[in-house]
Formats: sequence, structure tokens, C-alpha cells
Amino acid sequence: MYYSELMKHTGRNVYMVSGGVTKFAKATPEMDFRLRVKKAFDYAMDDVHLTLNDIDGSVASYFADHFQRQLMSGIMVQDYLGLTPKPSKRVEGGGATGGLAFQTGYEEIASGRMDTCAVYGFETMSHVNTWKGNEFIALASDTNFDYPVGGFYTGYYAMMAVRHMHEFGTTVEQLAKVSVKNHKNAIHNPYAQSPMNLTVNDVRNSPMVAYPLTRLDVCTMSDGAAVSILASEEKAFEITDRPVLIKSIGTGTDTMRLSDRPMGKVPLLPNEKESDYSGLKYPGVHSFRAGRTAAKEAYDGAGITDPIEELDLIELHDAYTSSEIQTYEDLGLCKYGEGGKFIEEGKSELKGKIPVNPSGGLLASGHPVGATGIMQSVFMFWQLQRTVKKHFKDDYLQLNNPKRGLIHSHAGTGTYVTATIMEAVK
Amino acid sequence: MTINPNAKMEETQSGTEVYSIDPLIVKSHYEIDYIHSYAQDSEFFRALGKKKIMGSKCKKCGYTYATPRSHCMMCGAETEWYQLPNTGKVHTFTTCYFGSEEFLKETPFNLIMVEFENVDSLFMARLIGADLDDLYVGMPVTAKFRRNQKFSPTDVYFVPVAQPEKKKRR
Repeated sequence: MYYSELMKHTGRNVYMVSGGVTKFAKATPEMDFRLRVKKAFDYAMDDVHLTLNDIDGSVASYFADHFQRQLMSGIMVQDYLGLTPKPSKRVEGGGATGGLAFQTGYEEIASGRMDTCAVYGFETMSHVNTWKGNEFIALASDTNFDYPVGGFYTGYYAMMAVRHMHEFGTTVEQLAKVSVKNHKNAIHNPYAQSPMNLTVNDVRNSPMVAYPLTRLDVCTMSDGAAVSILASEEKAFEITDRPVLIKSIGTGTDTMRLSDRPMGKVPLLPNEKESDYSGLKYPGVHSFRAGRTAAKEAYDGAGITDPIEELDLIELHDAYTSSEIQTYEDLGLCKYGEGGKFIEEGKSELKGKIPVNPSGGLLASGHPVGATGIMQSVFMFWQLQRTVKKHFKDDYLQLNNPKRGLIHSHAGTGTYVTATIMEAVK
Repeated sequence: MTINPNAKMEETQSGTEVYSIDPLIVKSHYEIDYIHSYAQDSEFFRALGKKKIMGSKCKKCGYTYATPRSHCMMCGAETEWYQLPNTGKVHTFTTCYFGSEEFLKETPFNLIMVEFENVDSLFMARLIGADLDDLYVGMPVTAKFRRNQKFSPTDVYFVPVAQPEKKKRR
């Protein structure tokens, strides 16, 4: 049993009613984190004509205090937005910070504590150089045994990718296809940091960072902010006639050290059988058990038994091209081992069977850590509301009448993973 | 009483490094030494000086760890120290061409996860004496130890096991 099946979601229905995102960029020194959040917040508030009095409380989402050398940044944002003295807390869980904070906002509403909750995410990564930034991020690995040896997250993910290639025959060209897809989608996303028209060769010929991952297999560091506003059912329909239901949430965890990952059995989804995986040692270092655990809880909560048929789009945490492929499998879009083929056959393309990262994902939109998971919720919200044209001034990425989507947020080597199912109500 | 309306802050010759005037961007320096305790993991670091890699074994369920931990993740019981063999195999690998600022000067370096026979978990280490092209999953490797200990997990590192001379390549 990977999560207690006694865990019941008996809270109130929770809806997302508005969202806002700043354009992610390598550096935006003309604004600090407070002003960046303010811009995203005002966008979200103005879109549905809310005032500060309408907000009951908030959740602050940001990852590393090191980046700004400012502790308690959360309260500084709360203060700047004019939300004091209302309740607020900070939530942190590495790369999954945004996903966890979004789920905390959900819990504030579901529990009946709040009727409206603003979840704001931000990160300022431009105050240090890229290699110092990598050092800070690597401090999110065991500082006794892992940081002094590798000290580089791309190196850890590269070892996971090599094992995935060994176990399942995944190829570097398949990894590159994820990069090509996501950078191409971002051409139509005005908020994205790195829209690009690339070829598989471009990806493979860009500088090697850690074999097999090249510069274009890896996301960038960014400055950015994103805001989601959540509400109870009654409030949601007062605020907008087209809220989006947050149908269910799921969260998984795994060991901090890659070396401790067990070699056990796959926790099966309803569309899988034990015989699919005879002889596979799971998760080892090739798969994300936390991702599978999160998906399983979220699918159970939403009554999903065949994810690829029952979901219309996915925004997932593609900090590395390899993690997108590994995540197709964790989410049960295909069986473990078939992720490489999944992208090769174009199933996750914008016009494919199930569009994955139509926004461009982290690879092309950028990854200001605390903002990222919130950004995913905003892009998902606009897709399900069918308001992409209004917000992007371009409807190329708007899917045709999507009903149900999944957002997925993921922390270092799969230590914390969240999966949240969102549904259109109209 | 020392009320002095003419008090003046002393001027100094030190200045601030300025990168940009609009917006105003300045250099802000930060440095710290930690008093880092290896606490319950201490024995691992001491043992490297005796050319021993110490893992741990659960006293209750017998699960074995190549990277030590003092309590078992499987059953929660206390573990005991358990000496690992000095040879193993590459479970997975990479070569890092970039890295954190601290390790940038060491690039490119090989990173491996080592698997040991009959040990349930893995061990992360550096591998020297081979290039990316030489590395493969299953490659036999053997541990070497720094003579001058730094009390870092890199006091142990791995090299390829010497292979019996191959017949002349065609």
C-alpha cells in the first residue's frame, strides 16, 4: 500500500477562479520578488474584479532562502500585497514547492477554514551566477554523502537517465524530441522564457552538461512569479461563471538519497497488471516512485482508471527531458519502459493523443522554482476555461474543448511529487 | 550625558562595487564557516582512513545499506555498522562537464552509483581512470582511498578493475 487507502477526501469542493503569471526571464532586476508577485496578483484579481477584502488568506510558495539572502520573504510579499493581518504560511518542498503550496491552498478551502485563498509563488534566481545557483540547488541533496561527491543536480538526473536507457532502451534522440516539442510549443506562449524552433540535432549538438543531458535537455534558471486564486463552491460561482474544479490531489515522497531507492515492485494503476513488470526492480534509480504514488492518489480521488483516455492534457515538471519521459510512465500514460516510444510516436505533441506541456513546460517557460507549480495551474486553468486566446493574445495553443487536466510538480530526484486533477465545469 | 547634535558617522575609504546604476545593482558578499557534525554517520568517515567502506545492516529485518543510515527505512529499527566489499559494479554513471561553483574546477568528472554483491542499496562515488566512452553499466570497479584524509565521502573513490590483457584487437 503506497498511501493509506483510508485517506478520504471528505472536504468541500474547491475551485480555481483566477490566475496570473509574470513573463519568466533570466533576470529582471528592475523588479524585486514583491513587485513581481504584485503584478501577477493584480492581473489575477483584476481579471475577476476582486478587491483585497475578498481574500481570506494566502499561501506563500518559494524554495531557497539562499537565492535572495532574505529570510521570511513570504511575509514581505504578504505585506506588500496588503494582505496583512490575514492568515498566511510558507510551504517549501524543493522543485515541488509550487505544487505543494497549491495543494495547501486547496486544503485551506476544503477544510472550511477559508472561502477564498491566494496562492502566490516566486523565485529570484538572478542574484547569483548560474554555477553558484547550481550549488544552492545541490544543497538540496544529502550534504553528508551526496553533495560533496556530485554536488550537481543535472549529474544526479543524468545517472537516472542512463539507467532508464539501460533498463528500457530509451535513446538520446527520444530525449531530444521532448526538448524540440516543448520549446516549439512555447513559441505561442508570450510568458515563456525560451521559445525556440529546434531540431533533434540542435539539442544533441548543444554543449554537454552531464551525459546524456545537453544544455537543451535542461531547464534554465529564472526570475518569475505566479498567482492562483482558489475559492469554495459558493464563492467561486459568485466570482466567475467559469471557475475550474480542483477535482482531486495526490502527493508522494521518496528517499532523499538516490542510493537508498528500493528495488521492489511497481505500485500498479488500474490499467496495469503485475505481469507487465516481471523482473523489473522498482523504482531503482530509473523511475519516480513518488510520482506514481501521487498519481495513484489523485486518480483514485477523481475516479480515473485509464488516464490516457480520461485526461485531455497535462502540464508536468520537465526540468529535464528525461524526467518528462520518466513521468509519462509514472502517470500511467504508457507502461514503464515505453516513455521513449511515447514521445517518438508523437503522442504528447500539441496535436497528439494527449498534449503534454502545451505551454512549453519548464524547459521553455522557465523554472523560477517557487512560481513553477503555480504557473502550471494558471496555464491549466486558462486551457480548461478556454481563455488562452484572451491571456496569450494567440489561440494557437488552445486545445479544443478540454475537460480534464493534470498538473504535476516534482522535487529533487523525485523526493516530493504532487499530482492535481482539474476539471472544466462549463 | 553625552547629547551631541553635531555627531557625525566616520567616513571610510572602503566602497561598494556597483554593477548598474538603473536599477541600482551592487555586490553583496556573504561567507560562512559551518561547524558541521557528521553525528551518527561519523564512523563512516573515520573508517575510510582505515581503507574500509562501512555501510549498515538492519538488526531486525536484515536490510543492508551501502550508504549508511542508523535507522532502517524498511522497518524503523536500529541498524549496525556493516563493512562493504572494496569491489563492486557500476549501476549507472555520468560524466559532468559542468557543476556547482565549488566543483567546477574538477570538471569533467565521472559520477557513478556502485552496486555491491548482496547489498540492497547503492553508493554514490567518483570514478577516475576511465573516460565517458569507457564507462558501462555493469563495469567492475574497485575502491581506492586517499592517503591524506579530508573527512569527505570522496576519501573513497573508484577505479576500473584491472582486466586481464585482452587478445590483440582487430
